[in-house]
Amino acid sequence: MNNRLYGNLIFELSKEGRRGYSLPKNRFGNYEIPTEMRRSNDAALPECDEPTVVRHYTNLSANNFGVDNGFYPLGSCTMKYNPKINEEMAALPQFQNLHPDQPAATTRGAQAIVELLERSLCALTGLAHFTFKPYAGAHGELTGLMVIDNYHRAQGNMQRKKVVVPDSAHGTNPASAAVCGLEIIEVKSGADGQVDLADLQRIVSTEGANIAAMMMTNPNTLGLFETRIPEIAKLIHDCGALMYYDGANLNPMLGVCRPGDMGFDVMHINLHKTFSTPHGGGGPGSGPVGVREGLQQFFPVVSPYHGNFAVMMRAYAYILTLGRENVRKVGPLATLNANYIKESLRDVYELPIDGLCCHEFVFDGLKNKSTGVTTMDVAKRLLDYGYHAPTIYFPLLFHESLMIEPTENESRETIDGFIDVMRRIAEEALTTPDEVKTAPHKTPIGRVDDVLAAKHPVVTFRQMKEE
Amino acid sequence: MAKVIEGLYYSESHEFVRVEGDYGFIGITDYAQNALGNVVYVDMPEVDDEVTAGEEFGAVESVKAASDLNSPVSGTVVEVNEALEDTPELINQDAYENWIIKVELSDKSELENLMDAKAYEAFCAK
Repeated sequence: MNNRLYGNLIFELSKEGRRGYSLPKNRFGNYEIPTEMRRSNDAALPECDEPTVVRHYTNLSANNFGVDNGFYPLGSCTMKYNPKINEEMAALPQFQNLHPDQPAATTRGAQAIVELLERSLCALTGLAHFTFKPYAGAHGELTGLMVIDNYHRAQGNMQRKKVVVPDSAHGTNPASAAVCGLEIIEVKSGADGQVDLADLQRIVSTEGANIAAMMMTNPNTLGLFETRIPEIAKLIHDCGALMYYDGANLNPMLGVCRPGDMGFDVMHINLHKTFSTPHGGGGPGSGPVGVREGLQQFFPVVSPYHGNFAVMMRAYAYILTLGRENVRKVGPLATLNANYIKESLRDVYELPIDGLCCHEFVFDGLKNKSTGVTTMDVAKRLLDYGYHAPTIYFPLLFHESLMIEPTENESRETIDGFIDVMRRIAEEALTTPDEVKTAPHKTPIGRVDDVLAAKHPVVTFRQMKEE
Repeated sequence: MAKVIEGLYYSESHEFVRVEGDYGFIGITDYAQNALGNVVYVDMPEVDDEVTAGEEFGAVESVKAASDLNSPVSGTVVEVNEALEDTPELINQDAYENWIIKVELSDKSELENLMDAKAYEAFCAK
């Protein structure tokens, strides 16, 4: 990279009066904006020539790291490669230039895509109906819980306000429940990392009449397949509550088994994860919610129009490109890749829960912690070798969590390269620990001060200049 | 090794209580501060708030995670450690010295449900 040290802000490149354009002579006279509508100060926009602007943004983009640059094993996020054909389909002008207020008679094609995507998702999940209005996973969770809440109200069961959530759950589960006005009851994980049935039985026997739903993701946040879903679903259904499936970890199940068959009544899918649309910057997303037959009349209206249509286009293109046969290979390949990495590294990294994992797994830091090298240090050192760091310090069940999700797309060579580097870092942690503790050394910006950033964030150019 | 002090009461969620007369000083243990890493914010209740044994009364935020604070005992908050508002890192320097809230205990028998230093040390070693 020839711009390794590029770190300017566009405001720092600004020269007063410099322009990248010239306007023709005004032939129409001046239109005066009413005084009360004018701003009192100038907008202070940066003033630059065109090459400066182009180089600035090109250099910045070259400092970005995405799944198109290299391996991105960010656990819990499913950063799979996004095939370029998805982009081409979503960019077709016939779809891209639609306006949501157009008469329905002129948007038949788009409507057909939505229906076909719904049919595909129903086939893949075993549920009967989907709404595409939610804009992201957490929005989907909220929508799904609103379906459940509406269902219980319609039955006159106003007291069903509690949601059972495993202690390993994603933080969004309790957050979504709280936004929906529901309360959380946490169920413990057993030694095998799965939901502790005895604890669930205790909860159901004391709180049964107040439980609205149980929220689960399978495989769970530790990447472990919950093998006792039928027993859990029976306990929950017998007390009159519903089963909610968080689709965050749908990827390894794709084409292998279906939430609907396991006894789940409501679920959301992160289209941007499982069905491959770019979401590295926190979006755009789409979190369609599926329900069992009979629950569709409880869909709430959570957004105007039709949801995030361009993401839906990409997801449908992905499903069609794979086809009925290949979509069945997604889950098994993602699972194989994760287990291959886990088994290749478990002699040097601490594996807290043994057994077959699904699409991802969690290490609890290095096996040999004697030199004080932490998960944070390992993650930073990975950047020096050109890899995106895995998810760290999540889940909270372990102190030094390092969560790796390779996805199904990566070649044997890519995965072997990553394993080699992880082993080399484990070696460095013993021989040259300071090198690891002070990493990264080869990135444009070295080790940042997280504490200062959290306590005293500087988020605007003005603030930076003033300090 | 995390420091454990004799004479304090400890909870499974890694809070401690130091009892002086009818009052309890509640904070997080050395083990907890070490696991959390650099503490950047402490969310504390207000004076006169009620706290209940086993229930959340605030949160500690570190660069790694935000964790709920669970009260080991029930009672009324009579003082909060205001120094932590601007210098939450005091918890990392000495977790036992820098208690978070001072509570007037409403039921001293609750202390019997907590661990002593020896039991807590064994609990952490598990």
